[in-house]
Amino acid sequence: MIKEIKRYDSHLGITGWIGGGRWGLERYLYSLHRVTGLGILLFFMIHIFESSIRILGMESWDMVMGIMENPIFKIGEALVIIGFVFHAINGIRLILIELGFAVGKAEEPVYPYKSSINVQRPLAVIMLVICVLLIAAGGYDLLVLGH
Amino acid sequence: MKDMRSEAGSWTWFMLAGIVVFVLLGLHMLIIHMDGILGIFNPAGGSALSWDNVIARSHSGFFAVTYIILLAAVLYHGFYGLRTIIFELGLKKVNQRRWTVTLWIVGIVLFIVGTYAAIAVQSVKVV
Amino acid sequence: MKEQEKRRDIIYYISRFDPERDEGPHVEEYIVHVVPGMTVLDGLHQIKHEQDATLAWRFSCRMGVCGSCAMLVNGKPMLTCNTQILDVSDTALTLAPLPNFEVIRDLVADLNSLFDRHVAVEPYIQRDDKEEMDTPTGQCFQSPHELETFLQFTYCIKCGCCMAACPGVATDREFLGPMALAQAYRYNKDSRDDGQENRNKAVTSPHGVFSCHYAGECSNVCPKGVDPARAIQLMKKELVLGYLKLKPKKKPAKVVGPPMGETKPKVEAPAYTVEQ
Repeated sequence: MIKEIKRYDSHLGITGWIGGGRWGLERYLYSLHRVTGLGILLFFMIHIFESSIRILGMESWDMVMGIMENPIFKIGEALVIIGFVFHAINGIRLILIELGFAVGKAEEPVYPYKSSINVQRPLAVIMLVICVLLIAAGGYDLLVLGH
Repeated sequence: MKDMRSEAGSWTWFMLAGIVVFVLLGLHMLIIHMDGILGIFNPAGGSALSWDNVIARSHSGFFAVTYIILLAAVLYHGFYGLRTIIFELGLKKVNQRRWTVTLWIVGIVLFIVGTYAAIAVQSVKVV
Repeated sequence: MKEQEKRRDIIYYISRFDPERDEGPHVEEYIVHVVPGMTVLDGLHQIKHEQDATLAWRFSCRMGVCGSCAMLVNGKPMLTCNTQILDVSDTALTLAPLPNFEVIRDLVADLNSLFDRHVAVEPYIQRDDKEEMDTPTGQCFQSPHELETFLQFTYCIKCGCCMAACPGVATDREFLGPMALAQAYRYNKDSRDDGQENRNKAVTSPHGVFSCHYAGECSNVCPKGVDPARAIQLMKKELVLGYLKLKPKKKPAKVVGPPMGETKPKVEAPAYTVEQ
């Protein structure tokens, strides 16, 4: 006769998305990819309606654009640019990885173990560099050239 | 486990939609946010968001079609991703079905809104 | 003396939980006298023998092949028998049971969810030819090249470190997890196996392989270098190619070798010794 043993649930929940084991680079990229994806989706919900204003003609469009000149919306625009660039470039990296191109073949593990993480690390670094360059270009256009 | 349908198909379309979005939305970003540096597809010059540029693009058949394709791809890709995140938070089986149906309905409604706008703008006068 | 210099005292902060008395885990401190070469497991034994006999944890082989002693050491899941104390820290160690499981007592985690997920992917060779499987007449042919495509994933010792590190397992109770998915790939890829369709019912469900988004923690913490992340991505490729009808159909392995001559009678499996 076994008494029912009380267990303590140690599932990490959402904090497991941020930490919970070893803080590798790919873990951060994973979390950022989710955050940027949700952010862009939220923005897009509003963007469909905001950009559809153009069917009402020039006056309505110019009025809405006038509202968009507000600094809060400019910051939002910068965030959308950063978010999209990261999500798109990381997305290409993920497509390459998740279709099995950048993970390498199965091989006999010899200590110290090199895993698919090591194989795709150069790809991740190149992707981040491209991200930084594109964000810089977008920032130049937004802030310096004032568009 | 037997009644679970294969996700392989939906996921493949999700990846393909991602590639479509990468190309078309990348183009869109270049037009709107690199207008000072590159200035592509802005026949009236200056800011990409000025009325003249916007109406010129809206009246172009190429842009009308690509905007509709982009809208479909973004909505599918975005809502599939949202569904993935929601499912990972743990839902009962019956709620999983409900969420899938709800997200499809919302996605289709938004698609109709955006497509209507892309078509209706064809009859808007330039000035 | 040089030997004397190297001895030091290290604090073990251990998460203790007694289900009959506590509501949740709390941390207790122990001082361990460390000599170079001691593993984390040796430190636990020292505490149990000299300081606190009520400390509970799992261990067995103490040489890194059974997978019993996996736990969280300074925030990272690892095998305590395989880890030298001084490689982790020379001041303090924080031990906790593997996260993403239920805790039974102190450092002991309930691994039933791990085994249930493993069972769900049907981790055994299935052949279409049932008669051949039950009464074999020859051996299955497998070339070294065919073996190499899945050999890495056979080294899994089911310790649970990957499940503890995975962000997907942290939130989604139904997610199969890196261990089960890597084992599913191991069997799908095995040239002797014909059971992909059966296995893929569990693998392609909404909580199967497509819920993995390559955080990569599983491969980072695996103590045997199994690289479950690689197995999962390779399996996604197979599934996508299968959906797009671009994959050649897998040919079943040939039965070759000399005929077995006089076959011995089949022995009936013994009765279950544990109540089902």
